[in-house]
Amino acid sequence: MASRAMRRSGAATTISILFLVIWLIAAAFPFLWTLWGSFKVQADFFSLADWKNALTGRFTEAQTGSPFTLDGYEGAWVQEEFWRNALNTLIVVVCVVAISLTFGTLGGYALARSGKRYAFVLLMVALLFRAMPHITLVSGYLLPFFEWGIWGALPTTIIVLVAINQPFTLWMLHSFFLNIPKDLDESAMVDGCTRFGAFRRVIVPVMWPGVITTGLFSFLLAYNDFAVTAVLLSQQNQTMVPRIAAFLGSTQNEGNVMFAVASVVSATVPLFLLVLFFQRQIVSGLTAGAVKG
Amino acid sequence: MPNSTFLKFIGPSLLAMILFIALPIVSVVVQSLHVEHEQILVEVENCVPLAGCTTVTQVDNAATQALRDEQPLGRFVGLSTYLDRNHLAADAVSLAWRASDGIGDFLGRVMNLPFYKALAFTLAYTAVVTPLCLLLGLVIALGVNALPKVLKGPTIFVTLLPMIVTPLIGALVLYWMLDSRGILGTALVNLTGDPDLSLRASGTLTWLTLFAYGIWHSAPMAFIVFYAGLQSVPEETMEAAVLDGASRFERVRYVVVPHLMPLVVFVTLIQLMDNFRVLEPVVAFNSQAVATSLSFAVYNDLRGGDVPLFGSAAATSLLTIIGIGILVTPVAIRSWRDFKRRHGH
Repeated sequence: MASRAMRRSGAATTISILFLVIWLIAAAFPFLWTLWGSFKVQADFFSLADWKNALTGRFTEAQTGSPFTLDGYEGAWVQEEFWRNALNTLIVVVCVVAISLTFGTLGGYALARSGKRYAFVLLMVALLFRAMPHITLVSGYLLPFFEWGIWGALPTTIIVLVAINQPFTLWMLHSFFLNIPKDLDESAMVDGCTRFGAFRRVIVPVMWPGVITTGLFSFLLAYNDFAVTAVLLSQQNQTMVPRIAAFLGSTQNEGNVMFAVASVVSATVPLFLLVLFFQRQIVSGLTAGAVKG
Repeated sequence: MPNSTFLKFIGPSLLAMILFIALPIVSVVVQSLHVEHEQILVEVENCVPLAGCTTVTQVDNAATQALRDEQPLGRFVGLSTYLDRNHLAADAVSLAWRASDGIGDFLGRVMNLPFYKALAFTLAYTAVVTPLCLLLGLVIALGVNALPKVLKGPTIFVTLLPMIVTPLIGALVLYWMLDSRGILGTALVNLTGDPDLSLRASGTLTWLTLFAYGIWHSAPMAFIVFYAGLQSVPEETMEAAVLDGASRFERVRYVVVPHLMPLVVFVTLIQLMDNFRVLEPVVAFNSQAVATSLSFAVYNDLRGGDVPLFGSAAATSLLTIIGIGILVTPVAIRSWRDFKRRHGH
């Protein structure tokens, strides 16, 4: 199968393939191991005596009568009500993606069509904002949010994540709109459309590939965020990621680290599906930003 | 596009960025110049029958709360938060300078101060992870590029996982395996024959595993960008290099790498920004005693105690922003020049 590559140079290709295999194991094995281990009890997941216990589930069988158990999942989802956090994550992610894309398409379109110097300056400022560590911004929000009584609510976190997301969204959609020919919307304006009319009738129908790609990255930012959600959400509004961190603080002592393991696996599943279905868009998105500048 | 139309289109986005990125930076500056009000103390005479009276000093909770509610920002202290022991520690550093015999001893003393400890790890993390993730990304990209077409898709899928998965989750998954009772932790003990070797006990090991996490997490991003760049390596140059008898390594060194150079600058810029803000792995590895970062210091000020230390967090935040500015400026200037050249101005 690999004959064409093989012919080019033997030793170098072998090394390269060997290296690739090692990398793939390093990339995939931790997730597979944790997935497998999430169906065990803690004595097997962390096996002091013999690591093979994690494979065979010796203690799991002794404690539950079967080599696989859903105890971790039950403890996390039912007892600790992890579903509430999953629901919060769903709300935050859907809102952040929708608002980010609405703001971002309008702004990105304007930046791509302006041609003025200040548009370029604005892009540079956005890049500067992109460099700000999120936790430093959060330390700016916390006191005013306390004072205004909006700390802890989901909408506050949503709008903060939208704002933090804007620099990246603007950059990506700006470079995407640059690739849509100017003639398209300009001829619509010659025909009597306003700028906004042209945007709505001509640009909106053809912008979806770029919007979907950008949306994927907005999703990832909102879903994966820890700094903002951990500090700005009250306990009952917590999303999944800060909740997992909280599990470690409280339940590790109670010997229920398996709750954290089960919730980690649960929170990884949507990401896994995302890569499965949108791999091409993710790859093209990361490269569009870089190659086209 | 007329200015007014431009403003209408960019308005919502610009407003969001001004309100939640630009203004918070101003807020950080103001907060860093203030510090929480101290507790108000009152002297209370405590009389016990037959034993007589004693005067004790107590905290007047009501008055303290009232003052704090009235002035939530606290009292103005100027730059003194920056210079205190938890930040730049001017006194402690000059003391260490006078007391130490040699630069090594001085650095050792300074590294015990909280801010410098966090700064040292953050810089080391950025300095190690950034170049190694570029290198690993390039090697993976070259490997995947040489694969037959059917294998490319699945390989890219697996390669993306460490980057896509939530940083906190990725770090936890590795941490559990590296735990002294986890599969890697046990393997490490067996390999070295040292039963006391564990993440908790060894600072060096903690640093190394955090670096390894960073490279593991960041390499896919470099990979994807380089892989895309490889698709446009000029065919003629490559063939000419082959005809000239260039080895595989020489072809990579003299044809591929120069072609990818603008992408290298781009990835470096993004990686410097992202690595300097490292936070999640420190939280996941629970490693703040031996390896802590500037972001973690801010996080800990805000969430660690009963009362958030706004002044202290803000001072560390501002120092972090200055740090990232110094780090990113040379690369940003370089990529700006590239950008201008490519757009023919």
